[in-house]
Amino acid sequence: MKFDIARRTRLEALVAVLALVAGACGRHESNDLDLSAGWVPGPDAPSSDSKLHTPPPPFSEGIFPCSECHEADMPVNTKRRELSMAHTDIVLKHDEEHRWCLDCHDAADRDSLHLAGGDKVPFEESYRLCGQCHGDKYRDWRAGVHGRRGGNWDGEKSYLLCVNCHNAHSPRFAPIKPLPPPPKPERTP
Amino acid sequence: MNAPETTRRDMLCTLAGCAAAALAGGCSDFTHTEFFRGHFKELSEDELTAIREKIEAECKTKYDKDVTVSNTPAREGVQFAYALDISRCVGCRRCVYACVAENNQSRDPVVQWIRVLEMDKEKGIDFEHANPYYDAETVPRPGHFYLPVACQHCADPACVKSCPVGATWKEPDGIVVIDYDWCIGCRCCMSACPYGARRFNWKEPSLPADQVNANMHILGNRPRPKGVVEKCTWCVQRVRDGRYPACVEVCPVGARKFGNLLDPSSEIRYVLDKKRVFVLKNELATHPRFYYFYGL
Ligand code: SF4
Ligand code: SF4
Repeated sequence: MKFDIARRTRLEALVAVLALVAGACGRHESNDLDLSAGWVPGPDAPSSDSKLHTPPPPFSEGIFPCSECHEADMPVNTKRRELSMAHTDIVLKHDEEHRWCLDCHDAADRDSLHLAGGDKVPFEESYRLCGQCHGDKYRDWRAGVHGRRGGNWDGEKSYLLCVNCHNAHSPRFAPIKPLPPPPKPERTP
Repeated sequence: MNAPETTRRDMLCTLAGCAAAALAGGCSDFTHTEFFRGHFKELSEDELTAIREKIEAECKTKYDKDVTVSNTPAREGVQFAYALDISRCVGCRRCVYACVAENNQSRDPVVQWIRVLEMDKEKGIDFEHANPYYDAETVPRPGHFYLPVACQHCADPACVKSCPVGATWKEPDGIVVIDYDWCIGCRCCMSACPYGARRFNWKEPSLPADQVNANMHILGNRPRPKGVVEKCTWCVQRVRDGRYPACVEVCPVGARKFGNLLDPSSEIRYVLDKKRVFVLKNELATHPRFYYFYGL
């Protein structure tokens, strides 16, 4: 028994030395990943590229493309103001003290949105724009945890754009009518 | 002992069969398979198929509808778990009614597997003051939050331990199921369950023919008879095909999450890793697989 323990200790020491030597080339690419042990996602697992399959943006009827009205020769007024000629139905309740239309809509290319840094973003990928401020929600959403999912827990899932549920101009959910309560148990006579 | 012998059950079968056949007076659908079968886990493929086909035929007669009763077994490497974001739930009860429709629950008398509890923000989670009967023009009502409760699919389920005949058990993928043909209606499980998750069919359940969900599982949403217990099965008929439960898909605020605990890239693992999570009545050590979390 004693001999066994001693031999084990020696073996362990040897393994440790070997591991140290191996560690020297730990940065070598082929050492980084042990494919045999890890979880292999199915073919439909959400991809890690930044584009996700989402439904088309829920434009109000006849509103897109914006450039149809905002033509090239229409003067651009970048002054923050109350709109009176068009879009009067939009009530901005989204950090309205600090934001207004052209913080998100691109003045030069009306059919596009833009990030704070100026990079243009198509309406189909508006989540990138929302993600600038709501980074935590964006992360959760990408992981499938923020927002409504449909489809398969082990495969293709349906994603929604932020704006499919939240009105971009007034994102807080309006209260809704609940479905009827269950009947109270009857009293036995 | 090792010589082939007539088992006790076979003998009982034969005896009771004679007596019952005499009683039933030659009633033709009084089949041996149905009444004198063994425990669900001991059934052969053939016996299972016979039972499934019988239920399908019964549904055809009763509802004039072609239904499929599947017996999709648990998948290897899958342990199901559920997570519900109570910072998002608004108490709209969409989940309750989606569940009723998906799982062929009785419309009259009303049987609902999910119960949404309205609680006072000031009191916190307090079952004494929870109200499942709230009604309002709109929800969420100010000062309240909502806690939907259904079967927690406990890892150490009190209900299973309490059943005197083994009519309810935990499947290899973690779903706690009931064999409605084996249940004797004693309701021991209902008093054992700390979450009030089980429902008893006091009367003959009623299900309008045009509302029958034809996609059925033998341990799940197939029609139940009077006198047996039923409860949430995480939509066994859907999730074993890889789909989300109905309540997950219907929830308008996306509060409900479901997936495989063993898959590190699943939503459920993300929630467990990154959110503040709790289970109901942790102190009872039933180890629910139903996690509540704060997503905000
Ligand atoms: S559908 Fe969603 S928000 Fe509505 S009560 Fe159920 S869990 Fe809560
Ligand atoms: S919640 Fe109740 S019915 Fe469901 S597994 Fe736990 S003890 Fe059983």
